[in-house]
Amino acid sequence: MQDAQDLIFKTLADPTRRAIFERLCRDGEQTVGALTAQAGVSQPAVSKQLAALKLAGLVRDRPEGRQTHYRAQIGALAPLIDWTRQMNDFWESRFDQLEDLLRRMDQ
Amino acid sequence: MSTATTETRTVVVEREIPFAPEKIWRALTQPHLIAEWLMKNDFSPVVGHGFSFSAEWGAVNCEVLSVEPPTSLAYTWAGMGLESVVTWTLTPTAAGTRLRMEQAGFGPEQEMAFRGASAGWPRFFAALEDVLARAD
Repeated sequence: MQDAQDLIFKTLADPTRRAIFERLCRDGEQTVGALTAQAGVSQPAVSKQLAALKLAGLVRDRPEGRQTHYRAQIGALAPLIDWTRQMNDFWESRFDQLEDLLRRMDQ
Repeated sequence: MSTATTETRTVVVEREIPFAPEKIWRALTQPHLIAEWLMKNDFSPVVGHGFSFSAEWGAVNCEVLSVEPPTSLAYTWAGMGLESVVTWTLTPTAAGTRLRMEQAGFGPEQEMAFRGASAGWPRFFAALEDVLARAD
């Protein structure tokens, strides 16, 4: 779970990759060719970024004839969306432990 | 780059605690006391000091950003899936102390502490939330 979350953050930290992912979120399924036309980088470069997104579970590919179509897997972002709640739970429990400690400490 | 700080991801936990700020300060800044409620660490209350928290599941790498005893303390926090800044604020009250912990990630103000992820994130999260709102 932790590794999956780290991988998602690392994968989306790259601006080109993030732009491709945002485009798939916004416009739905696209071919590599269509993505290349807008990305401002070469097709091999786009394919490389898509491979990284796929590895992180952020996109899924669907071969059709000579073309491969890619679509965003929005569900893969659940670990990110939950981050705020997870950290809130973490700190609430640490505050409990801090109060326990303070009660045990000397003045 | 945006200068709006409202677009950052922030967690705030705030509690009224029936002890003086000086006592809470000790628990926040002495390594053996920190270990009792947070994690094992090699903290030192010196600006620029690099340290880490460690637990069975891994480590969090940190650097002290500011130390103002007994009212505020801030350090970077790189681990558990993000890079962020943790800021502690202690305000004396009639009953003791109001203790506030704010953890803020991906904000323009902390960009120097981040490795490359800062500029695009607020916009990305805004776009993402739009997408998720429509996804159902």
